[in-house]
Amino acid sequence: MDIFGIPIQALMGQLLIGLINGSFYAILSLGLAIIFGLLNIINFSHGALYMMGAFVAWIGLTYLGINYWVALVAVPVVVGLFGMIIERTMLKHLYRLDHLYGLLLTFGLALIIEGLFRYRFGISGESYPVPELLSGGFNLGFMFLPKYRAWVIAVSLVVCFGSWYIIERTKLGSYLRAGTENPQLLQAFGINVPLMITLTYGFGVALAAFAGVLAAPVFQVNPVMGSNLIIVVFAVVVIGGMGSIMGSIVTGLGLGLIEGLTRVFYPEASAVVIFVIMGIVLLLRPAGLFGRER
Amino acid sequence: MKGKHIGWIVLIVLGLVAPFLVYPVLVMKILCFALFACAFNLLLGYTGLLSFGHAAFLGWAGYTCGYAMKELGLSPELGLLAGTATAAVLGFVFGSLAIRRSGIYFAMVTLALAQLVYFLALQFPFTGGEDGLQGVPRGRLFGLVDLADTMNMYYFVLAVFLGGFWVIDRAIHSPFGQVLKAIRENEPRAISLGYDVDRYKLLAFVLSAALSGLAGATKTLVFQLASLTDVHWHMSGEIVLMTLLGGMGTVFGPIVGATVVVGLQNYGAELGQWVSVLTGVIFVICVLAFRRGIVGELAVLIRRSGIRM
Repeated sequence: MDIFGIPIQALMGQLLIGLINGSFYAILSLGLAIIFGLLNIINFSHGALYMMGAFVAWIGLTYLGINYWVALVAVPVVVGLFGMIIERTMLKHLYRLDHLYGLLLTFGLALIIEGLFRYRFGISGESYPVPELLSGGFNLGFMFLPKYRAWVIAVSLVVCFGSWYIIERTKLGSYLRAGTENPQLLQAFGINVPLMITLTYGFGVALAAFAGVLAAPVFQVNPVMGSNLIIVVFAVVVIGGMGSIMGSIVTGLGLGLIEGLTRVFYPEASAVVIFVIMGIVLLLRPAGLFGRER
Repeated sequence: MKGKHIGWIVLIVLGLVAPFLVYPVLVMKILCFALFACAFNLLLGYTGLLSFGHAAFLGWAGYTCGYAMKELGLSPELGLLAGTATAAVLGFVFGSLAIRRSGIYFAMVTLALAQLVYFLALQFPFTGGEDGLQGVPRGRLFGLVDLADTMNMYYFVLAVFLGGFWVIDRAIHSPFGQVLKAIRENEPRAISLGYDVDRYKLLAFVLSAALSGLAGATKTLVFQLASLTDVHWHMSGEIVLMTLLGGMGTVFGPIVGATVVVGLQNYGAELGQWVSVLTGVIFVICVLAFRRGIVGELAVLIRRSGIRM
C-alpha cells in the first residue's frame, strides 16, 4: 500500500521517529519554559544535562549494575540535585542582572559538562541496551512497532500532561504561576520564594535528565548528543513561545511529526525544516504560536 | 593626548613589530579574530543585542571568498569584497527576522538561523562538505603584490584589520553610535524620542555582519582554507567569550580578548580536550566575577587611581 508513492511502512516508520523526537522536544522545551517562567533564565546547559542524564544511566548500568527502571527514577533525582547546587552556588547571583548573563553562564556550564564527559568517554559513544521487558515489538499489520518506542511516546505524554496538571491545576502549581507573575508579592504572602526557585530549577533539570534516560536506549549515548538537540529545542521554543505549558507540549510534538514527514518526502531538508518554520513564524506571528510578548 | 589616541598608537606600533617577535601566521589569526570580535562588540557592547549566530557570517563569507578565488579565479581584493557583501546580505536577512524578538529570544533566533546556515554549508556541494574548501590561492593583490609571501600577506591583513577597526571606531563615536547606546540603555526612551529603533538595530546588525564577513574572508585568505569549524556554533560562542573577556562595550577590549583566547588555544594545544572545559570555566568566571572584562576593569582601576586620560 502506498500513500503519495511512499510505502506505508516507510511513512509510518518515519512518523514514529518524528513522534519520538517530538516527545524529547516537548519534555525539553517544557523544562526550559518552566525554568524561564520563574528564573527568567534560558538554561543553555539543558542539552548538557540531558546528555548527563543518559550518561549517568549508562554509568550506573555498566559499573554499578543499576537497571533501567531504577535509573529512570534515580537519575533525574541525582541530576536534579546537581542542578540545584548550580542554582544555589551560581545562578542565584545573577537574578538582578540582565537576563543575558544567565544565558552566558549556563552556556559556559554546558561547555564544561560536555568537555568533561568528552575527556572521560571520548566522542564515539556507548550503547545502552533496551530493557528486557520492552524488547521486541508489536506487529500492527501495516507496520512493526518496537515496544520500547511505544513506551517512550506513552511515558513522555504522561510526564508532559502530568507536569501540565501539576502546574495548572494544583495548589503547588498555583504558587509557581504566582511566582512567575510577581515574586515579591508571593514572598509577602509568606512563601519561601528562593527555595521555590531552587526546586523549580531542580525540577526543570530533572525533566531534562529524565528525557536523557529515556533517550539512552534509542540513540547512541555520546557527549555531544545534547548540544545538537538543544539548538533545535531553542527553535521549538521560539516557534511555540514560552507563555504556555500546553503550547510547549503541542509545539514540540507537532514539530517532531513535521520533521518526520519531511524526512520521508524531502530528506535533504529534514535537518533544516524546523529552522525554516521558525523563520516563517517570526515573519507572521513574531510572539510565537502560543506566546505573549513579555 | 587622549587615551584613545594612545591606544591607536600602541596598536599600530604593536601591529608593525609583532611579526618579528611572534610567528606571523599566529598574529594574522589574532588580527582576523580581533576584527571579528570588534564587529561583534558593536552589536553586543554598544547596542545590547546578543547574537549567538555570528559564526554564520564569518564562515559563509569565508566560503564565498574561497569559492570566488579558487573556482572563479577572482583577485584577492574582489574575493574579500564578495565575502563581505555576502555576509552583509545574510546579516540583513538574519537581522530582519531576529529584531522581531528581543532579549533572550533574539539570542535563540540568531543561534537557530546560524544552525540553518551550518546545515546548508554541510550539504551544498560548493563548500566541499566535511572537507571544506582547501588550497585556496592567495593571488596577487591588485595584480601587483604577491600575497603568497608571508610578510606581504601580513601587512595586507594588518591594513584590512586597521581599516575595519577604524570603521567600527568611527561608527561608535558618531551620532549613529550614540543612538545605538541610547537603545542599549533604554529602548522605550529611544523610541519615545522619535528614533526608529528597529532601523538602527538592523543597520548595526548589517554593519556587524559585514565586518565579521570581512574577517572571515581574510581568514580564508590567510589559511587558504574555508571549513565547517567557522560556521559551527562553537565559533559563535567563542566570539562571545573573546568580547566578554576583553571587555564588552570598550573600544579595545575585544582585541585584547581575541589575543588572549587565540593565544591560549595556540599555546594550550597540548591541553587537547581540556580547551573546551577551560573555555567554559573562563565563561563562568567572567560572568560571575569579572563582568567588565580585562579592559573594562583596567579602565576602572585607572579612573580610581585618579590618572586622567
